[in-house]
Amino acid sequence: MTEPIPVTTTVNGVPHNAAVEARKTLADYLREDCLVTGVHLGCEQGACGACTVLLDGIAVRACLLFAVQVDGSTVTTAEGLMDPDGTLSTVQEAFRNCHGLQCGFCTPGFVISATAFLENHPHPTLDDIRTGLSGNLCRCTGYQGIVAAVQQAASKLSTRSGSEDKQ
Amino acid sequence: MTTAETASAPPEAARFVGQSVRRVEDKRLVTGHGRYVDDVVLPGMFHVAFARSDFARARIVALDTTAAAALPGVHAVFTASELNHHVDSLRSSMVTAEQAIVPAHVLADGDVRFVGDPIALVVADNRYLAEDAIDLLDVEYEALLPVVDFEQAASDQNLVHPELGTNVAGVEHSTNAGVAPALANAAVVVTETFRQHRQRNMPMETRGLVVDWQPYAERVDIWASTQSPHELTLTAARVLNLGEHQVRVHMGDVGGAFGQKVFLGRDEIAVLLAARAVGRPLKWIEDRRENLIAANSARVDRTTVTMGLDDDARIVAAEIDQLNDSGAYPLGGVPANSNNLVSMFPGPYAIPLMSWSAGSVFTNTSGRGAYRGPWQMETVARELMIDTLARRIGMDPLELRRHNVIRQEDLPYTTATGNVYERISPAETLEQAVAMLDYDAFRVGQTEARLDGRYLGVGLSLFIEPTSKGAGALGNEGAVVRVELDGSVSVYMGTGSHGQGLETTIAQVVADELGIDMAVVAFHQGHGSPYGFGTGGSRSAVIAGGAARAAASGVRQQILHLAAHVLEAGPEDLRIELGVVSVAGTPTRSVSVAELARTAYTQPEALPPDTAPGLEHSARYQAPPVTFSNAAHVCTCEVDVNTGIVTLLRYLVSEDCGVMVNPMIVQGQIAGGVAQGIGGALFEHSPYDTDGNPLAATMLDYLIPTSAEIPIIEIGHIVTPSDSPGGHKGVGEGGAIGSPPCVVNAVNDALSPFGVAFTKQPITPNAVLRALDEVRTESAT
Repeated sequence: MTEPIPVTTTVNGVPHNAAVEARKTLADYLREDCLVTGVHLGCEQGACGACTVLLDGIAVRACLLFAVQVDGSTVTTAEGLMDPDGTLSTVQEAFRNCHGLQCGFCTPGFVISATAFLENHPHPTLDDIRTGLSGNLCRCTGYQGIVAAVQQAASKLSTRSGSEDKQ
Repeated sequence: MTTAETASAPPEAARFVGQSVRRVEDKRLVTGHGRYVDDVVLPGMFHVAFARSDFARARIVALDTTAAAALPGVHAVFTASELNHHVDSLRSSMVTAEQAIVPAHVLADGDVRFVGDPIALVVADNRYLAEDAIDLLDVEYEALLPVVDFEQAASDQNLVHPELGTNVAGVEHSTNAGVAPALANAAVVVTETFRQHRQRNMPMETRGLVVDWQPYAERVDIWASTQSPHELTLTAARVLNLGEHQVRVHMGDVGGAFGQKVFLGRDEIAVLLAARAVGRPLKWIEDRRENLIAANSARVDRTTVTMGLDDDARIVAAEIDQLNDSGAYPLGGVPANSNNLVSMFPGPYAIPLMSWSAGSVFTNTSGRGAYRGPWQMETVARELMIDTLARRIGMDPLELRRHNVIRQEDLPYTTATGNVYERISPAETLEQAVAMLDYDAFRVGQTEARLDGRYLGVGLSLFIEPTSKGAGALGNEGAVVRVELDGSVSVYMGTGSHGQGLETTIAQVVADELGIDMAVVAFHQGHGSPYGFGTGGSRSAVIAGGAARAAASGVRQQILHLAAHVLEAGPEDLRIELGVVSVAGTPTRSVSVAELARTAYTQPEALPPDTAPGLEHSARYQAPPVTFSNAAHVCTCEVDVNTGIVTLLRYLVSEDCGVMVNPMIVQGQIAGGVAQGIGGALFEHSPYDTDGNPLAATMLDYLIPTSAEIPIIEIGHIVTPSDSPGGHKGVGEGGAIGSPPCVVNAVNDALSPFGVAFTKQPITPNAVLRALDEVRTESAT
C-alpha cells in the first residue's frame, strides 16, 4: 500500500482537502471523503453512468477516474445543481414532472448527463435526446419519462434563454 | 392516453386516487439525497467481500486462508466450517411450502457448484483491503465435469447436488382424457418447441446489507436493499436464533429489484452470521460482476406446445410440456412458478381442454429466481404458437386471435386449468390496441415496403396477468394508520417499495379515505410495521391498498365518532374535507382533524362515554384468490436483412388494470416492463460456455436496452373495476410478460417472406443473419 496523496477539490462549491490512496476512485472519494452520496455506483466499469458528475463542467464517469487525477478540479454532482435556496434545477424539476424516475438509483447520473447534454444541444430533437442519453442506463422507466423530461427541460430552458435574448 | 370503460365508472369521485399526482419520493431522489443501503455508515463498521468459485463444478482440495487473514486491516476470514453449522435450511421464511430443497451450504463446503459460488467471506477495514485479501487466498481445486445444459441435466450422471441423488428438482403432470381425441379430430394440429434464454434482473442498485449485531442489547439492526423487510426479519431471526422482536430491519430507498430482492441469498445469510461473530457492524455491497454471476438469474425455459384448431379456426385442445432450469441454488418458490405457468397457459383464449407436464432441473449455473412475471413463458409459448398456427392456416394472426379470444358474453369463464375470469376485457384491449396502431393501414404499408425491399413486421401478444394472489403468505397485508396530535397521519406497512412509488400511492389512498391532504401523510416501512409479504407479485395496489384503506377507514370512524360528540351532530351527517370535519349543510359547524386528535390524546375527560383515547387503527386486508388484469401488446418493426438489425418502429399497449390509483405510475410500470421484455427479446443474454463459465459478467456483455433502442410506448387503458376495494388490479409485471412474444412475432412477421420464424430469443443481428443464411442454404440445396 502506498502513502496517501493529498488531493484538493471543490465539490458543489465546498472546498475539500484530503489525503487519499492512489488507487481510490473519484467515485469512492466523493462518496466517502466528501460525503456526496448521490454519486451512485452501478457497475464500476463505466458502462451504466450512475456515477456521472461534472468535472470542471464536463460530464465524466467518476468510477473511471482516480481521485488523485482530479487534484485542483471543481466537481458538480446532482446535489450541487439546485439554486442556493434549494429550488430544483430545470432538469431536476422536469424529471419530477414527467415521472423520469422510479427507483431513483440511476437518476443523479441521468440528471447530470441531461444537464451537460442540454448545455451542448439547446434545441434537441427527440432522436437527439434518445441518442444523447444512451450512455446512461435505467432499468425501471423504459426511458419514457426520462426522454419526456429532457424534452420539457429543453423547452423551458430555450424559452428562458429566448426571453433573455430579447432583453 | 386513450381511456375507455367496459363497465361502471370508478366507485366514487376521489380527490387524490385516480390523479397523476407527482411522487412524494422524487424531490430527494432527483437531488441525489436518497438514502440507499450503501449510504448507511455506522461507527466502527467493517466491510465484506466474498471469494467466489472460478469453477462450475469442482472439489475443493485445499483452502488456505493464512496469508489473507494476516494482511494488515483484515479482521476475519470465514469459510464453511465457521458458518454453515448455524443454518439447517436455505428455505425462505415466509413461503414454507413448495420449496426446492437444496443443501444448506451457506458457503461452499468441500466442493463448488457454480461459477460464483461463495467459498469465503473476508472482513476488512474497507472493500479495497477485503479484495486484496481475497487475492491472497490459496485455493486448490480438482475440476469435475459440470452439468450445464438443462435439457440434458435429468439424465446426466454427474450430479449438481450429490446429496439429493438426482438433478431433477421437481416434476408434475396432469392428463385430460379428452385432449388426445380432440387433437385427433382437429383440422390442424401443430407441435412446436419454444425456448427462452437466461436473463438477469439487473437492478441498477445491486444487492447489499449493513448488519449491526449488539450483543449487550441482544438485538440486531439491519439496513438492506430489499423488497420484503419481513422476509429479512424472519430469516435473520431464524439463522441467528433470535426472536423476531430482536431484529430491527430499516427500510431506506431501494434501487430496483424486479424479484431479485424478496428472498435472501446465501451470501446475504453469510453476512448476517459473520456480523454476529465479528461483533462490529458489517457492510456488504455486491459488485456488478457478483450480481451478474452469483445473484439469481431467470427465464431459462423450454416449452413444447401441441395445439389443434377445428375447421372454424377455433382452438380445440392444447398440450404443453414445460422444463425449466433451477440452476444450483434456486431462490424461493421455483416450482410454484411452474404451477403459475401451467395455470395461466390458456390466457385470454377459450381453450377447452388441456394436458400438461412441468419439470425443473438443477444445473451448475447460478440459481433461478423470480424476475418480473416469473411464469411468463406461458405467454411466450402461447402467443408464438398462435402466430405459428396462423401462418400454417394462412390466416392473419389478428383474425385468429379474434376467433378465439374470450369475450364479455363468455364471462364468467372457467379455463381448462380452473381459473375463473369474471372482470376481464381481452377482446376490448385487443381492439383498442390494433385501433391505436391502425393495423389495416400498417398491412397496406407493409406490402408496399416489401416491394421496395424493406421488411416490416407487426406482432401481437395478449395475456391475462394473475395479480395480487390472495393465498398463503402473499394473501394479505396489514396497515396501522395513526393520526398524530397535529393532525398529520402516519401509516405503517409491511411493504418494500423499490421504485413503485408506494410512498405516494398509499398516501393518495389514505388521504382520500380520511378526507385529508396527502401532503400530511407519512408512509413507513420496515421495523415496527405489521407483517406483510412485501412488494412484488403485482400486488400492492390491491392488497397493500386494501389494507391501507381498511385501516384508514377505521380511523375515519373514530374521527366521525368524536366529531359527532364535539359538534353535537349525528356521524352520518358529517363530512371530512381537507382535514376539517363539518356538518353537512352547515359548514360553519366544524372542527379540524388536528383539534380532534389533540382532544383524543390529551383530553380523555372530553371524550364520549366508552370511547378509548387516541386516533389509531390497525387492519389487515385479505385479498380474493386472484385478481386478473389483462393487456394486449402490438408492435411494429423493420428488419434490415443485410445487417440483421431489428428496429422497433411503434410499440402500443392496451391495458386493463381496473381503477388506477395514479395513472402516471401505472404507465411507468407498463413502460418499464415493456423495455425489460424488449431487452430480453433482442439484446439481453447471460450464456454459459460448455465448461460452465458465465460469458456475460459485465454490463458491457449483458446488454440492457438504452434510450436509443426503446421506442415511444403508446398506452391505452380499458377500465374494468375489480371487486376489491377501490376496484384496482395489479399491473407491475404485465409489461415484461407481454412484450417478448410481441417482439418475436413482429420479427417473424417481417421475415415471413423468407420462411424464417424464431422460436427462441434473443434475436440479435447475428441470429437474424444466421437464420437467413440457413434458409438460403436450404433453398439452394
